[in-house]
Amino acid sequence: MSASQEKRDYSLTGPEGRKARERGLVAAEWYASPITRKRMKELMKRKDGPAIRDTILWIVLLAGAGVLAYSSWGTWWAVPAFLVYGILYTSPGDSRWHECGHGTAFKTPWMNEVVYQFASFLVLRPATPWRWSHARHHTDTYVVGRDPEIHQPRPPVWRIIIIQFAHLVGGPKDIKRMFMHAFGVVGKEERDFIPESEFRKSFRESRVYLLIFACVIAACFYTGSILPAMFVVLPSFYGAGLMVVFGMIQHLGLHEDVLDHRLNSRTVYMNPVFRFLYWNMNYHIEHHMFPMVPYHALRALHEEIKADCPRPNRSTWEAFREVIHALLKQRKDRTYTIQRELPPTAQPYQYGPKPIVAEASAERSTMA
Amino acid sequence: MADWIAACAADDIEEEDVMRFDHEGRSFAIYRSEDSDYYATDGFCTHERVHLADGLVMGAVIECPKHNGRFDYTSGKAKKTPACVDLRTYPVKVEAGTVYIQVD
Repeated sequence: MSASQEKRDYSLTGPEGRKARERGLVAAEWYASPITRKRMKELMKRKDGPAIRDTILWIVLLAGAGVLAYSSWGTWWAVPAFLVYGILYTSPGDSRWHECGHGTAFKTPWMNEVVYQFASFLVLRPATPWRWSHARHHTDTYVVGRDPEIHQPRPPVWRIIIIQFAHLVGGPKDIKRMFMHAFGVVGKEERDFIPESEFRKSFRESRVYLLIFACVIAACFYTGSILPAMFVVLPSFYGAGLMVVFGMIQHLGLHEDVLDHRLNSRTVYMNPVFRFLYWNMNYHIEHHMFPMVPYHALRALHEEIKADCPRPNRSTWEAFREVIHALLKQRKDRTYTIQRELPPTAQPYQYGPKPIVAEASAERSTMA
Repeated sequence: MADWIAACAADDIEEEDVMRFDHEGRSFAIYRSEDSDYYATDGFCTHERVHLADGLVMGAVIECPKHNGRFDYTSGKAKKTPACVDLRTYPVKVEAGTVYIQVD
């Protein structure tokens, strides 16, 4: 077996993290498309309005689907009704978790925090550990041995991909993590990205989550029905499918170990319904390149930098097919990577660290 | 004795904004508040090596452009995770339209 075909250790505690550091890939300076400081300030500007509107709409839709699901319980209509409820519970739960975790969805910090905590519970992600995990994902995106959020190793593990459509990998893993944290135990990998000062907060959150689980289980016994769990906790399993598709098309099939988000992230054009559910995270190159631009400004950011980026995928379905094709190829050739051409107007890709050059004093940063 | 170094012209920075200043291998962030008061801190976020001059100034707060860590740039105090360690601040003066920072 050639060296390039050898399996790599994707854990954060193996040798790959050290190798990445030696190659200058850790906490490195990433490529950023040129954009004026004035325009970037406009795009980063925070607002409460769009997120308040979208949150009210989400809660109303979720409650409406819940009423329909409750009314149809005991009939076959319950199947589509709960499917809709589950999708509305989980996909926006995931995107609200994400955007509020970045602190950009609302202008008002407490609103971000309330929705973040609520959404974290919906998608069963312990709030504080995942906040730190996601910060690392943004520091070292798809750098093997550093990024805890790499969706699949190479070659991919199909059994995991398939069962994850019902959240049967991430869900149990996070529930186990909640139990560990509730008893004051932090895993070795987590210690790599969560500072000790945050442990107590993690323990407290996990205890609250487990208390809610206990209440739901008690309600099931009391009513003699699984119905209470169908509304709380279980939707994050049976409603996970669309969230998993959205997650898979973010980075899979693209490059690992590069310092340019145009190489390792995917922007996909989506219909307005998906963009509402996903809170514009389909503009994923844009989000990774400039993570402090709120979701409601990502479309405008896309217009600003699209001449510097590869052509976006034209639909969710096209992106998903591209990912599945790449994963099938990687089964036999783990080095297989989708190559995307840049338009003639774009700056060349930045595969590795920039050469160190003397910087002129008093210069503007890369955004100038 | 710490030296006063000319960093930029006062008008180089818009109100409620920040700019980068590099000097002898060190990097700083120079801020102009809404009231046109000037401040200076170390340039890089204490969480990861990301320059704060690309971040958003909101009142007396600078937000790291990558991870949403926040600091009070007037005191250097870390206000929001993932920033947990305070920023170092530097004295600033404005004379004849030039911003100076005192660097040791």
